[in-house]
Amino acid sequence: MPGKSWFYPASPMPGFRLALGASLLWVGLIVLLPLAGLALRASQIGLEGAIQILMQPRLLAALRLSFGLSFAAGILSILLGGLIAWVLTRYHFTGRRLLDAAIDLPFALPTAVAGIALTTLYAPTGWLGRPLNELGIKVAFTPLGIFIALVFIGLPFAVRTLQPILEQTEVEVEEASASLGAKRWQTILYIILPPLLPAALAGFALAFARAIGEYGSVIFIAGNIPFYTEIAPILVVTRLEEFDERGAIVVAIIMLLASFLCLLAINLVQAWTRRRLGHD
Amino acid sequence: MTKSFLQRDPIQRDRDMVRESRLVERTLIALVFVILALFFFAPMLVVFVEAGRKGLLAYFTAIADPETKSAIKMTLMVATLAVPINALFGLAAAWAIARFEFPLKNLLVTLIDLPFSVSPVVVGLSFVVLFGSRGYFAPLLVQYNLQIIFAWPGLVLATTFVTFPFVARELIPLMQQQGVEDEEAALTLGACPLKMFLTVTLPNIKWGLIYGILLCNARAMGEFGAVAVVSGRIRGMTTTLPLQVEVLYGGFDLSGAFAIASILAGLALVTLIIKTVLEWRHAADLAASQRH
Repeated sequence: MPGKSWFYPASPMPGFRLALGASLLWVGLIVLLPLAGLALRASQIGLEGAIQILMQPRLLAALRLSFGLSFAAGILSILLGGLIAWVLTRYHFTGRRLLDAAIDLPFALPTAVAGIALTTLYAPTGWLGRPLNELGIKVAFTPLGIFIALVFIGLPFAVRTLQPILEQTEVEVEEASASLGAKRWQTILYIILPPLLPAALAGFALAFARAIGEYGSVIFIAGNIPFYTEIAPILVVTRLEEFDERGAIVVAIIMLLASFLCLLAINLVQAWTRRRLGHD
Repeated sequence: MTKSFLQRDPIQRDRDMVRESRLVERTLIALVFVILALFFFAPMLVVFVEAGRKGLLAYFTAIADPETKSAIKMTLMVATLAVPINALFGLAAAWAIARFEFPLKNLLVTLIDLPFSVSPVVVGLSFVVLFGSRGYFAPLLVQYNLQIIFAWPGLVLATTFVTFPFVARELIPLMQQQGVEDEEAALTLGACPLKMFLTVTLPNIKWGLIYGILLCNARAMGEFGAVAVVSGRIRGMTTTLPLQVEVLYGGFDLSGAFAIASILAGLALVTLIIKTVLEWRHAADLAASQRH
């Protein structure tokens, strides 16, 4: 049993060294070692080399497309996700629990399956693609198709971050607001929505981070045309297949930085919320 | 409604105060059904319709194909290796984090979460940088005649990285929530640590552990991006089921691709059903805040 040193806490529970040792070993080998390798290889490229690679118009176009579409998809995910979370927590109707369970489908469905299904659905001959095509809207093999795939992936993140907050809000506060003469829309706008903002930001960041890195559900519907529908993760794979490891690594590092920033943003938002609400 | 607000039935009045009108409510519910129908149910339906398009015979021919069989075997092997080892690690990490205080604990928690925020493609690339033909460990691999990239060990490593957090993330909040009283009682009554773990800890976290393993397994069997980068897609050798879907789809064998996709979609449905049943029946034994 560990003693009362500065490191080993005085806890009657056994197995601290074994559990921590195993965790650190496993984290080190499986997560840190590969990422460290990637970072080391990236540092060997050097800043000048990296900027040179970065300035390639095709890479810039892919990054712009990835970030722009992921941002837009994050926004739509949070709007639709907010609506879904609202309906699931506030209304009682037949099929509610079924809908609630179905929200997690994109988590469970392998991305390649989602990818070919969405492509077939939105292709010019597909169930949804054909009527849209007649309206002059092309979805598959255009940026709009990528956008739809990214919303598909991002939606459950948005719903699942907003839902618990909506479940917690107290009806009494709304009653107070209503009895003080507020119209329903005023209660929604001034009472219900403001506490949701941090969760909405966190949900957006999660959906955005996932969208930036998403590969499987996008490659089929994107068509992968350079300067048009080629997103960053696809460019990583393309560069690697062309044996241009440096090119692949530069894109990968930018994607990694973006996801770390998102992670940081989520943590900051959560810490800020906890402080503001006086928890912890 | 001609009656004034205060004249109405008080219960009804309370209800109305904090609700939208029936019309708004019904419209919103209908809208959600439409969104989910377009986004979720339609793609699911497409998979099964396309899989059955050329009839049952074609469907079973596609499934009985030797390449498909090899992909099934590869998928099962990858999951059999990656899932138990991540479950064991998840248990160890949850024990260390939920039962002890130590410096930099939050850093360890962040590191465990990290694989969720790294793009699968970047995961694959990282392993190529380590074990590829020009990778850091390439000389060592050549010396011992080992191959990791474009071979099954690469698939296992990439899958392990991607499915790393599932069990730990379910168990950590659950064990923190449950506290140490039961375990302390067992120790006080003279149980040895192993006995305490087997008779107190494990039964307490049983449903959470099963839940975590279920999600871990679904991701392990369905992972695409990370394994796509390290597999090389050697047909009949290093393709898992999701990779085989891509191989067939790329070769314009749509019914074949959707036949395999239907197996994976079935797996996803079964996972969702078990997950939902666990959430309904054992909500108290699962970490409430971690619902995905």
